[in-house]
Amino acid sequence: MALMTDFWSIWISVLTIVVIAGCFILLKLVSKNTTGVEEGESMGHSFDGIEELNNPLPKWWSYMFYITIVFGVVYLALYPGLGNYKGLLGWSSSNQSIGTENGIKADSVAAIELAAKEGRWVQYDQEVKRADEKFGPIFKAYAETPLEELVKNEEALKVGGRLFLQNCSQCHGSDARGSKGFPNLTDNDWLYGGELATIKTSILNGRHGMMPPKGGLPIEDSEIKGLAEYVTKLAGRDHDEALAAQGQASFMKGCFACHGMDATGNKFMGAPNLTNNVWLYGGSRGAIEQSIINGRSGVMPAWKDVLGEEKVHVITAYVYSLSNK
Amino acid sequence: MNHSQPQGADYNYTVVRQFALTTVLWGIIGMSVGVLIAAQLIWPQLNFDTPWLTYSRLRPLHTNAVIFAFGTSALFATSYYIVQRTCQTKLFAPKIAAFTFWGWQAIILSAVITLPLGITSGKEYAELEWPIDIAITLVWVCYAVVFFGTIIKRTTSHIYVANWFFGAFIITVAVLHIVNSMAVPVSLWKSYSLYAGAVDAMVQWWYGHNAVGFLLTAGFLGMMYYFVPKQAGRPVYSYRLSIVHFWALIALYIWAGPHHLHYTALPDWTQSLGMVMSLILFAPSWGGMINGIMTLSGAWHKLRTDPVLRFLVVSLSFYGMSTFEGPMMAIKTVNALSHYTDWTVGHVHSGALGWVAMVSIGSLYHLIPVLYGHGRMYSSNLVNVHFWLATIGTVLYIVSMWISGVMQGLMWRAVNSDGTLTYSFVESIEASYPFYFVRFLGGCFFVTGMLIMAYNVFKTVKAPKESLPALAEA
Repeated sequence: MALMTDFWSIWISVLTIVVIAGCFILLKLVSKNTTGVEEGESMGHSFDGIEELNNPLPKWWSYMFYITIVFGVVYLALYPGLGNYKGLLGWSSSNQSIGTENGIKADSVAAIELAAKEGRWVQYDQEVKRADEKFGPIFKAYAETPLEELVKNEEALKVGGRLFLQNCSQCHGSDARGSKGFPNLTDNDWLYGGELATIKTSILNGRHGMMPPKGGLPIEDSEIKGLAEYVTKLAGRDHDEALAAQGQASFMKGCFACHGMDATGNKFMGAPNLTNNVWLYGGSRGAIEQSIINGRSGVMPAWKDVLGEEKVHVITAYVYSLSNK
Repeated sequence: MNHSQPQGADYNYTVVRQFALTTVLWGIIGMSVGVLIAAQLIWPQLNFDTPWLTYSRLRPLHTNAVIFAFGTSALFATSYYIVQRTCQTKLFAPKIAAFTFWGWQAIILSAVITLPLGITSGKEYAELEWPIDIAITLVWVCYAVVFFGTIIKRTTSHIYVANWFFGAFIITVAVLHIVNSMAVPVSLWKSYSLYAGAVDAMVQWWYGHNAVGFLLTAGFLGMMYYFVPKQAGRPVYSYRLSIVHFWALIALYIWAGPHHLHYTALPDWTQSLGMVMSLILFAPSWGGMINGIMTLSGAWHKLRTDPVLRFLVVSLSFYGMSTFEGPMMAIKTVNALSHYTDWTVGHVHSGALGWVAMVSIGSLYHLIPVLYGHGRMYSSNLVNVHFWLATIGTVLYIVSMWISGVMQGLMWRAVNSDGTLTYSFVESIEASYPFYFVRFLGGCFFVTGMLIMAYNVFKTVKAPKESLPALAEA
C-alpha cells in the first residue's frame, strides 16, 4: 500500500487536531461573557445604524456543537482519518494489497485470505463474501443444470434476462437487437454460431472480429466501387450487373478466404455471411465501401472473470431463448 | 427605516447600481437556461439537433450564469454598498471598482460565448478555459484591492461582521480559483489540468465545495448580516455567536470537499476526514441562521406587512434546511443512497434558490430604492407576488428532487432474491419523468417571479426621484 511519508502524515494530523480542538476551545471561551458588557445589552458599536447585542450562545446550539465534535473525535479514533493512522477497528473500504500486476484472480484470493487471517475489516471483501454465501447456491444449482434443460426453466430465463439488462444491454440494447457494430442477438444470424455451447464460449472468452483494411489484399482503390456492388448483389439487392462482375473478380483476389467461396461466411473466425442482407456495420453502399477500405474491428469482452462461469451459464440460456422461442 | 447618510459621506453608488441591475438581468438569463435544460430532460428534442443547444453545453452555461453572473454580481453590489456604509467611507480606488464591473461583465460574456461553443476545461463550476481564468484572477485581485482598501480607510473603530464574511469570501475564492485552475495550455482554447487522477478529483472538489462554502455561503451571510437587521430595524441578536460561527465556519468548510468523492478512488482517510469535518460544520452553519432569525425578535409582526423581510427570513429557513441536509448527506452511509441521484440536485437548489437567490432578491428589494433615491419599490404588491412565486417554485423543485432522488437511490440498490439488480438504469430514468416535470414547473414559477421583479425594478428606477416614499410602518 502506498503510504504518505511520515512528514505529510504528521502534517495533516496536526492540522486536523488543531482545527477541531480550536473549535472546541473557541466555543468554550466565547460561552463565558468576557466582553465587559452585560448579557442582553448592546455591544455599544453601531454600523450604519446596526447595533449588536451581547446575547449568550443558545444552550441547545452549543450542546449540538459539542456533540458533533465528540462524534468527530470518536470517529477519527475508530476509522482511518488522521494521516497513516489506521483506526482502532482496522477498517478499510477495500483490500489495498490486491495488485493487478500478476493476474488478478490468484493475487486477490491470497490477499483476501491474508486480510481475514490478520482479522482486518475489509468492507468490500466481506460484502462480496456475504453475497456469495447468499446467492452462490442459486447459481450453483443453475450451473449444474445442462443448458438444454435450463432454456426451458422460466425462472432461470428471468434471472438471465436481468443479468443481460445489467451487463449486456449497454452494447446489445435492452431489447438485444444490437446497434451499429454490436450484433443483433434476436435474428438467428450468428457470426460465431448459435449453438448453446458456442454462445457460452463467446460470452466466457469474448470475441475479437477483425477484418483488415481491404482484407489485407492487393486491392486497388479503383476496385472498391465494384466490390461494394458485388456485395450488394450477394445480398440479393438491386445492382449494376457489369460493375458487380468487376467486383466478383476482385472478390476472387482473396476475400473468399474468410467469407467463403459462396460468401456465406465462416463461423470459426466470425467472418460474416454476406448473402443474407444482415449488416453489422450498415448495408448502404457507402457503409460497405467504408468497411472494405478501412476494415472493421469488433470486440466483445470476456466475461469469465467479471461474472464467473455460473452466471454466464444462465445468460447463455437467455440469449439462446431470444432467437429460439 | 433611516437611510440618511452619516456625516454627509458621499458614497460611490454608481458601481453598486450597475451590479444591482445586472444581477437581475443575469438572474433571468441564468435561470431561464436552467428551465430550458430542465425541459430538455423531459423533451430531449428541445435541443433542436443543434450542438450549441445540447444539454451538455447549456448545463455549464446555467451553472456559470447563476453562480458567477447572478450570484457574484449580487455579492459585488451588496459588498460594495455594505463596506461603504458600515465603514462610513467612500469606496477605495473608484476607477478600479469601475474596472471590476466592466471586467466581470466581459468575463460573463466570454462564458456565454465559449460554453455553448463547447470550449471547456471539463471541471465542474470551473469550466472556463485558461485565458478567461487569468482574466478572472485579475478582476478578483482588483476586487480585493477595492474591498480591503475601503476597510483600511474606514472611519469606524471596528470592522462589522458582514465585512468579515465578505473578506473571507474574497480571499478564499481567489486561492481556490488559482489553485484549481492551474493548467497546461495546449492552444488558445484548450488546456489540461496540472493535476492527475485522484489528486485532480480532490483539488476539483476542494474547489467545488468551497465555491459553495465561501462564495454561496460566506458571501451571502455577509449580505444577510446587513440587510436582515436593517430591514427588521433590530440589532443583531448575538455578537458572540457571530464570532464563534464565523471562525468555526471558515476553519471547517475548507475540509469538507472529500464528501463529494465518497466511495471513489480517494484514499479512505481523506473520505473519513471530509465526512467528520462536514458534520462538525453543521452547528457553525446554523449559527448564521440563528443569528439572523433571532434578530427578528421583537419585530416578528413586520412579517405580516413587509414582503421584503419575508424574502430574507424564508431564505434563512432554506439556509438552515440545506445546511442540515448537507452534513447528513456527507455521512457515508447516507451518501451511499444519495450520491449521483437527483437528491443532490435538490439539495443544491434548496441552497441556490431558497437561500442564495431569495436572500439576494430580498436584499435587492431593500437596496434598489435606496440607490435610486426612493423609500420603497414601485409596487409592494408585486414584491409579494414575487415572494410567493419564488417560495412555491423552490418547494416544487426541491420536493420533486427529494422524491425522485430517494426513488432512484432505492431503485439502484434494489436486488432480487437471486442477487441480481431489480431495475436497469434506464428504468430509474423512466420513473423520474413525472418529477422532472414538477421540477420544470417549479423553475417556471421561479423565473416568472424574476420577470415580475425586472418590471418592478424598471418602474422603480424610472420613477421620478423621491416619488415613492416609504410606507408608514404598520
